[in-house]
Amino acid sequence: MLQIKNLHASVEDKEILRGINLEVKAGEVHAIMGPNGSGKSTLSAVIAGNENYEVTDGKVFLDGEDLSDLSPEERAHKGIFLSFQYPVEIPGVSVTNFMKTAINETRKANGKEEMPANEMLKLIREKSELLEIDRKFLSRSLNEGFSGGEKKRNEIFQMAMLEPKLAILDETDSGLDIDALRIVANGVNKLKSEKNAVVVITHYQRLLDYIVPDFVHVLYKGKIVKSGGKELAYELEEKGYDWIKQEQEA
Amino acid sequence: MELKDKLIASFMAFEEQVDVNADLHDIRTAAIRTFEEKGFPTKKEEAWKYTSLNSLLKHDFTVFPKHENAVEFAEVKKYFLHEIDTYKVVFIDGVFSSFLSSTTHDGIDVCLMSSALNKPKYKMVIDTYFNKVASKDETLTSLNTAFANEGAYINIPKSKVADKPIEIMYFSTGKESALMVQPRNLIIVGENSHVQIIERHQSLNENAVLTNSVTEIFAQKRAIVDYYKIQNDFHSASLIDNTYVSQQQDSHVHVNTFSFGGNLTRNNLNFYHNGQHIESHLNGITIIGEKQHVDHYTLVHHAHPNCESFQDYKGIFSDNSTGVFNGKIFVEKEAQKTNAFQSSNNILLSDKATINAKPQLEIFADDVKCSHGCTIGQLDETAMFYLQSRGIPKKEAKALLMYAFSNAVIENIKIPELKQRITKIIANKLGVKLGFDL
Repeated sequence: MLQIKNLHASVEDKEILRGINLEVKAGEVHAIMGPNGSGKSTLSAVIAGNENYEVTDGKVFLDGEDLSDLSPEERAHKGIFLSFQYPVEIPGVSVTNFMKTAINETRKANGKEEMPANEMLKLIREKSELLEIDRKFLSRSLNEGFSGGEKKRNEIFQMAMLEPKLAILDETDSGLDIDALRIVANGVNKLKSEKNAVVVITHYQRLLDYIVPDFVHVLYKGKIVKSGGKELAYELEEKGYDWIKQEQEA
Repeated sequence: MELKDKLIASFMAFEEQVDVNADLHDIRTAAIRTFEEKGFPTKKEEAWKYTSLNSLLKHDFTVFPKHENAVEFAEVKKYFLHEIDTYKVVFIDGVFSSFLSSTTHDGIDVCLMSSALNKPKYKMVIDTYFNKVASKDETLTSLNTAFANEGAYINIPKSKVADKPIEIMYFSTGKESALMVQPRNLIIVGENSHVQIIERHQSLNENAVLTNSVTEIFAQKRAIVDYYKIQNDFHSASLIDNTYVSQQQDSHVHVNTFSFGGNLTRNNLNFYHNGQHIESHLNGITIIGEKQHVDHYTLVHHAHPNCESFQDYKGIFSDNSTGVFNGKIFVEKEAQKTNAFQSSNNILLSDKATINAKPQLEIFADDVKCSHGCTIGQLDETAMFYLQSRGIPKKEAKALLMYAFSNAVIENIKIPELKQRITKIIANKLGVKLGFDL
């Protein structure tokens, strides 16, 4: 589903990604771990098409299609979803209205009619129950005054609503208490299927107790330096990142 | 003949037309002298540094409409808040339209200025309030005072809540090729009373119109006044709005100005305090493009202790449009414990759009909190990426962010139907269907 080939990207002439290769197949969960500043968030932003990063070499493919020239919204229309580490506050636009706009724009781009209002309501009800979101919450302005946990839960709610092929969760566990973490992970697991894939970007192993990865990759200085199964996450949790650093510097 | 000379020459003829009592005659005569001496303001004056009336004054304006023009309700329905019942004071080319109006004398007075000025039963009120807070030195206010005859007269007595909003509407039919109108409104809100007022100036075609309007608002003790100005006129219409607010203790006055259209718009908005624990709220949203020009020139004069003022102006400027925000806060020595806040936030969407923002704080008291802030910027890139990553195309994402940007001011609208209306105008202005009713 997702293929990343020799991806190099920089921001303001500083190279952050230095040749990433990664393949994610439908039905898989991949975790990308690594110390701060290793390029994890840059990788997610580049996959989603953030134009502040310059791709200097390499390509990203979704189902064989080169994404290089596609805008962030076009990538979203093709089924890429990025859960933000720091979701943006949009005063005056309720969660519900925001979702209506996002869903209908995506449908429009894919040559479909707008979703009928009753269908939309049903979908909202179903997905908000999945994330244990109070109905009142949905009429609040998007992310405005939300706690850290509410913001993250809201990101996963949006993911549930948009039903992406490929979901990238960027540090979704940061700022979550254990109950919220469980709700969020439970939501992700229920949305998981043989047809979609999830890339979990995290600093800690904690989230991976709940969203169990098929593969774990360690990102260091803009490269994937180690890949393995879920046991690699435990190893990292136990030993920290220093041994990776030492291995690399050696 | 230049417009100034034409106006001065018309003055005597005007006074012959209207019923004049001696007091009014004296006020008008003094006012026309002030205008004669000062003329139209030029860019040489500090207060008009960024706004030039030159090109406007080249039109050969008719200063009296030649005949009464009728307008069908269907033609103008959309400009009213027709979803709800309101009082209406409607003028067509400066002349009162009883057909379109819905006035009242039942407990409150919502009627026309000309009858208040001329009927003996209003004499005491007129003597007490008329031209009492409006400036006697400012030249355009004086010009209006000289010709003051028609406009809205609203008097809410003590402890009354006006049961419906009041709409003051000035339509220009464009039957004259260029028309100058000078409406004069007087609004008195008694102790403990509450009123909501919407004022709009609207042309019905693209002939030039120049409106030089003066509104005096008196808020007595504990009165609450919510005033909304909707400026969304054709590119051929220019408006100079001079509003003067006099507040007594514990009164709250909100003036919200929505500037979305017109050729040149100048809002002179002045607040004067006459007691303690007063709140003054001045809010504005300006969204303009092409060669439009909007100038907000505000003054809050704090003269007593423990009063607060809040100014929040948002501006979005595209194409070659120009904006001005000049906010003056004056705090007298006696006005200790004053809280005075001012902010002007602006987004420039084009390299050719400009905004001149100038705070002016003159503070003579030592125990006060005053702040001002001004920002000029573009839309936040992270926020754009966030919306786009949810599948919302660039153009719609921009519109959503601009809507969010102006939201703090929209939230101040206390009439739901008006809020809807303003939101729709904004969506239209931003050139998108937002995909939902906000």
